Amino acid sequence: MYFKNFREYLSWLYFQYLLITGIYVLEPWEKSIFNSILFSAIAMVVYTSYVFIPIHLRLALEFFHEIFGGQPESTMTLMN
Amino acid sequence: MTESSGSKLLNGEACQRTLRGKNAGKNGFVKNHCVFEHPRKYRRPTERSQNAAPNSSLYKKPFSESFEETPLLVAVLTYMGYGILTIFGYFRDFLRHWNIEKCHIAHEREQQKDFVPLYQDFENFYTRNLYMRIRDNWNRPICSVPGAKVDLVERVTHNYNWTFEHTGKVVKDVINMGSYNYLGFAENTGACASAAIETTHAYGVGVASTRCEIGNLDIHEELEQLVARFLGVESSMAFGMGFATNSMNIPPLTGKGCLILSDELNHASLVLGARLSGSTIRVFKHNNMQSLEKLLRDAIAHGQPRTHRPWKKILIVVEGIYSMEGSIVRLPEVIALKKRYKAYLYLDEAHSIGALGPNGRGVVDYFGLDPKDVDIMMGTFTKSFGAAGGYIGGRKELIDYLRCHSHSALYATSMSPPVAQQIISSMKIIMGEDGSTLGKDRLRQLSENTTYFRRKLREMGFIIYGNDDSPVVPLMLYMPAKIGAFGREMLKRNIGTVVVGFPATPIIESRARFCVSAAHTREMLDTALRAISEVGDLLQLKYSRRERPLSTPGWTYEESLLQD
Ligand SMILES: Cc1ncc(COP(=O)(O)O)c(C=O)c1O
Repeated sequence: MYFKNFREYLSWLYFQYLLITGIYVLEPWEKSIFNSILFSAIAMVVYTSYVFIPIHLRLALEFFHEIFGGQPESTMTLMN
Repeated sequence: MTESSGSKLLNGEACQRTLRGKNAGKNGFVKNHCVFEHPRKYRRPTERSQNAAPNSSLYKKPFSESFEETPLLVAVLTYMGYGILTIFGYFRDFLRHWNIEKCHIAHEREQQKDFVPLYQDFENFYTRNLYMRIRDNWNRPICSVPGAKVDLVERVTHNYNWTFEHTGKVVKDVINMGSYNYLGFAENTGACASAAIETTHAYGVGVASTRCEIGNLDIHEELEQLVARFLGVESSMAFGMGFATNSMNIPPLTGKGCLILSDELNHASLVLGARLSGSTIRVFKHNNMQSLEKLLRDAIAHGQPRTHRPWKKILIVVEGIYSMEGSIVRLPEVIALKKRYKAYLYLDEAHSIGALGPNGRGVVDYFGLDPKDVDIMMGTFTKSFGAAGGYIGGRKELIDYLRCHSHSALYATSMSPPVAQQIISSMKIIMGEDGSTLGKDRLRQLSENTTYFRRKLREMGFIIYGNDDSPVVPLMLYMPAKIGAFGREMLKRNIGTVVVGFPATPIIESRARFCVSAAHTREMLDTALRAISEVGDLLQLKYSRRERPLSTPGWTYEESLLQD
């Protein structure tokens, strides 16, 4: 496909999204319901991951650190 | 895609059978003498079948037919699309149920609300909630002869396809890629049309009686003799409607205690006929000779269920060209099987008569076989001949029997005389009996157009089903929204196409179907191809993963390498 500008490309992408999800055939109000549900779901996923993933990562790191952290330094030097 | 799994399954079963057969050989069970056994277990999709043409000796020319597998991602997305649409369907049904939204479609009356509902099944849900949304692609009124170009009545809808309004304008000169006008005989001028007009002057249009009463005109007798000559059979009989020819002529031939072996993709008329006959029906995989042979062997070995009496007769029902797949029946193999297992063969040539073979005489001619090997030759005049009606051809005893037993001969009004005349004139042109080479030219043009059109589409990277020689060209769309979008986008570019969805095809294999005609000129085909390519890019339809141009590593039935 050849596109004149970025806007055209975006509208083509949106068209593909309509076709693949099948909402191309829906009436406009149904389309907006679908879009708002989908986008709010995505937004929530992004938001929760933004809020919770760093916490979980830190906890996990601490956990593994506790397990492996007690090792004597000499093994590390041996491996090097 | 169904082919590969189907074939694996069947060959698996064949192996089991072999084992069982060996163990049980002593007990009088069937030993393994299959005519068609694959030398290998199954072919993997990427393999090219260089030497795996087991029955190639039966074919006089290459038989190459392909059904490329559905890409997995596309299949998943298609199901997802149907899922989303189904959810919205339930949602709308919910709104209709609580009268939040007006219901436009047939529903129960208030007084009958405690009755068992009349209009509730899945297909109805589908019509209401999926078909309705893209209904503008179908039933479109046209207002000219459906030749290579047609004029459409313009229509608009203000309530999302529940009702339509005609604007009074006409969309002119739409290239017609949808009519079954293979030889281009759908014309309003020319020799056929003037002959039909003359006949109307002589006989009128209506006949107002059946064949066995006062509706048997000399023109009908002439037509039947001509059809018999054209097909190369002893005798033939013509009916006013193709659908009724099938559905009303299978019941007199088979009955209780008979077995019908029917291809899974047979036309609705054949299915209806088989059901009406009351015989047992078993379905074999589309065009799969191992499957057919297995059914035949089982039928002969085990007889009828419970009583184990032998079947009274076995009738194999196949079509010449399958109108949704574009595949051609493997007739030489079917005939070999039929001869070996002493079954009868019913061949429906609705799409192939006139469109296939060097002389336009259908699949029998295409494979260079003897028409006498087919017991019942059926076909319609609706397609290549540009007329209406159907015929049955075969031995004289068969036709005489049908004349007094077929419902469509006894109870249906006979064919309208101008229609009969149109068939006679066009058939004579095809046979070259009008003293010109017009028929030959049309046949050549059709096969050139077919080859060209199929080759170009394949090169563009679309998934095209079917045989290389078949003028029916299905182009796979898969996703439900693309059905609607394809039809609309093509019409915007002034090309009329047929798009086909669920009840006529498996649910994920939606497709657009083009019918190539001898009336299409090269320019028209090029215009159409350009538009198809453009729409294909827009809708991302170029799914094919074969390396282009043209080699076919995909899973195929491929017998293009004939040594003999
Ligand atoms: C295989 C087959 N048989 C029979 C028919 C019915 O013929 P007619 O349209 O003449 O009733 C059709 C029509 O599409 C067909 O495809």
